[in-house]
Amino acid sequence: MTGIDIYEKVLVVSPAVEIDAHSAERLRFAVDAAFEKSPCINMIFDFAKVGFMDSSGIGMLIGRYKQTEKRGGGLALVNMNNEMTRLYTISGLAKIIKNLPSLDEAIAALRGGAQ
Amino acid sequence: MNRIVLEIDSRACNVSLARVVTASFIAPLDPDVTELSDIKTAVSEAVTNAIIHGYGDNEANTVRMTLTLNERLLTVEVTDNGIGIPDIACAREPLFTTLPELERSGLGFTVMESFMDTVDVISNPGVGTTVTMTKLIKTIESNDEHGSPQDPSLA
Repeated sequence: MTGIDIYEKVLVVSPAVEIDAHSAERLRFAVDAAFEKSPCINMIFDFAKVGFMDSSGIGMLIGRYKQTEKRGGGLALVNMNNEMTRLYTISGLAKIIKNLPSLDEAIAALRGGAQ
Repeated sequence: MNRIVLEIDSRACNVSLARVVTASFIAPLDPDVTELSDIKTAVSEAVTNAIIHGYGDNEANTVRMTLTLNERLLTVEVTDNGIGIPDIACAREPLFTTLPELERSGLGFTVMESFMDTVDVISNPGVGTTVTMTKLIKTIESNDEHGSPQDPSLA
């Protein structure tokens, strides 16, 4: 089950699926509904339970990044495996969205705090 | 040589099946984690393109995937009878997409080219598209114990 929780005023999304065109669309609707209802401006995707992602996931992440930008916030990613990190780099996503080793570091980065 | 053909309805939920079948097909070659992920990702991109772009998400069509193993050379062929690609060079450009409203990243071909050894596209507008990709699955520690992997072109 994909978890969507608020932690330290950040919407934390923890997908537990392989992210492809099919699941990315479902994820997109679930996350947008939760973000819309929440007062959060920042979002974190935790990939600890994701074993696979293709470029549909990249498109979905760019879309959520834009949602947070509209509120003056941002998006950060944590716990990506080596294969996902390669996709993240190849796609150019690394230029706009931070990939950090832990939730606390991601929260600090989104708040502009020292790491 | 070994070969299988998988025909699936053009539904996005079947993309994961194409990945699983591919992973099972190459499992006897004991690919490493990176090779397996590369191949699964490229298959996912090609089959997704066929479903979403070839058929415009119309679920009543068929996507055919043919997997061939010649020694350690994997060939993946994904065919649809959809709308075709009018300008292949343009479609292969990174970030090009005809469907930005669906949050398509336009990276499908870029990913296929990055993760496979070769990617060829044949397409006829109104007739369909065939994407053919190859990748040589390396032998683990091939230079230490088993000698160099056999050149698949000689097989």
